[in-house]
Amino acid sequence: MKFVISMHINPAVLDALTDEEKAAIGAGHARFIEELKESGELIVTQALVDPSQAAVVSVRDGQPVVTDGPFLEAKEFLGGFYLIDCEDKDRAVELAARIPDAAIEGLGIEVRQVMFSDGTLEA
Amino acid sequence: MTVATTEDLLRTLAPQVLGALVRRYGRFEDCEDAVQEAVLAAATQWPAQGVPDNPRGWLRTVAARRLVDQIRSDQARRVRESVTAAEPVPEEVPDADDTLLLLFLCCHPVLTAASQTALTLRAVGGLTTAEIARAFLVPEATMAARISRAKQRIRTAGSAFRPPEGADRAERLRVVLHVLYLIFNEGYTASSGSDLHRPDLAAEAIRLTRLVHGQLPDDSEVTGLLALMLLTHARRHARTTGSGDLVPLAEQDRTRWDRALIDEGTALAAAALGGPRLGPYQLQAAIAATHADAATAEQTNWPQVHALYLILSRIAPNPVVTLNRAVALAEVEGPAAGLALLATLDDDERMARHHRLLSVRAHLLERSGDLAGAYRCYRAAARATASLAERRYLESRAARVRR
Repeated sequence: MKFVISMHINPAVLDALTDEEKAAIGAGHARFIEELKESGELIVTQALVDPSQAAVVSVRDGQPVVTDGPFLEAKEFLGGFYLIDCEDKDRAVELAARIPDAAIEGLGIEVRQVMFSDGTLEA
Repeated sequence: MTVATTEDLLRTLAPQVLGALVRRYGRFEDCEDAVQEAVLAAATQWPAQGVPDNPRGWLRTVAARRLVDQIRSDQARRVRESVTAAEPVPEEVPDADDTLLLLFLCCHPVLTAASQTALTLRAVGGLTTAEIARAFLVPEATMAARISRAKQRIRTAGSAFRPPEGADRAERLRVVLHVLYLIFNEGYTASSGSDLHRPDLAAEAIRLTRLVHGQLPDDSEVTGLLALMLLTHARRHARTTGSGDLVPLAEQDRTRWDRALIDEGTALAAAALGGPRLGPYQLQAAIAATHADAATAEQTNWPQVHALYLILSRIAPNPVVTLNRAVALAEVEGPAAGLALLATLDDDERMARHHRLLSVRAHLLERSGDLAGAYRCYRAAARATASLAERRYLESRAARVRR
């Protein structure tokens, strides 16, 4: 089963961390990526630029309108994600708990299953 | 000989040669590499130079040579600091079909289901890592890591390459059948429909189950599983519309069912039921055969389907069987009886939020005339499923009862 583990970060919370704590987060992610690669569960992981760099695109009367982001005005924003393929939701949750952000108050880790296109209808 | 038939021949022979090598030398990982190299050599040489008189012997000789080279170089490394180990002398191994032994190894209980399926497809199915990766819609590097980790775990577990015996054997065979069943189901639940080069896992599972059936023709669960696969596969063209929407069993165009597969599956299902011991695959095959026997959905022998689910719920009780029995019961005694049976599942925490429970309840509520309740359940089921096709179907049902 495929899952996206998304990391919702809060710049104010990150800024309040010590350099050691920030370095520990980086090292924790590197270790986590290595583990996922080795177990054959990692599909892809990406970090995203600051939301101040986002462009919000809409089309009005057939014309594209581009404004500076972010789309949602919030304290937290999507900082990055892991796309994994693992046994079940329990395993995805177990993996998510290893992400260093999960241990920090004010940072959020969310696990959601990826949908697939086909299905079964037996009843 | 054409390229396609060389490929088929290699896929048949590779697991046999691998089985023979592993039985002789142990070292599953090294043997697997050696056989892959031999297969690669054959795939390039045979179409040009012709297939050798004894293709299996050719593969075994080439693979054994690679393996012995590997063992020699490993030993040479060790010899520098220790005494010379007795070098294994390659020996003629009997031509016995070792496919089954290989399956036992690939479906080793120390592995996760995902690793068991991947390793089985590679070592027994003869699929390349790239093909398996495409089949599961993951990058090749992900699948390569998974397969290599699975091989390591088998080595660490110190698994001897000998057939399991007694009660252990029955349990291990149960795992093998479950892995084949998972491969078959994967072919139906994860397909993207957009990748034309995606290997047909359902067909591959049938091919592998045929191999096992060939080895164990008297095992009624193996026969039952093969029958179940054939009878399910027979409906493949009728189960979706051209645009990929799902068609429920009751609404399928039965003239589009594959008659040849149904005939074969029905005969196997009947043979399986004649066996000494009743198992879950035989019963599921018998249920599928009962559906296949009805020219129209209205002609379905629901009392028989219900009776079979009742037996199944006694020998292999699980919430999904109860769910399916509720569908059959509703056909026999009316929706209220089905809904009452579903209510027994509400205390099961995992099941209560399961989309199948919600969608079956929605169907039965719709039939009982409670359209508001049906609407709520269809919507809840649509939110709970991970299948896009199923969500579309459930949303269309919800829209229908809302009117």
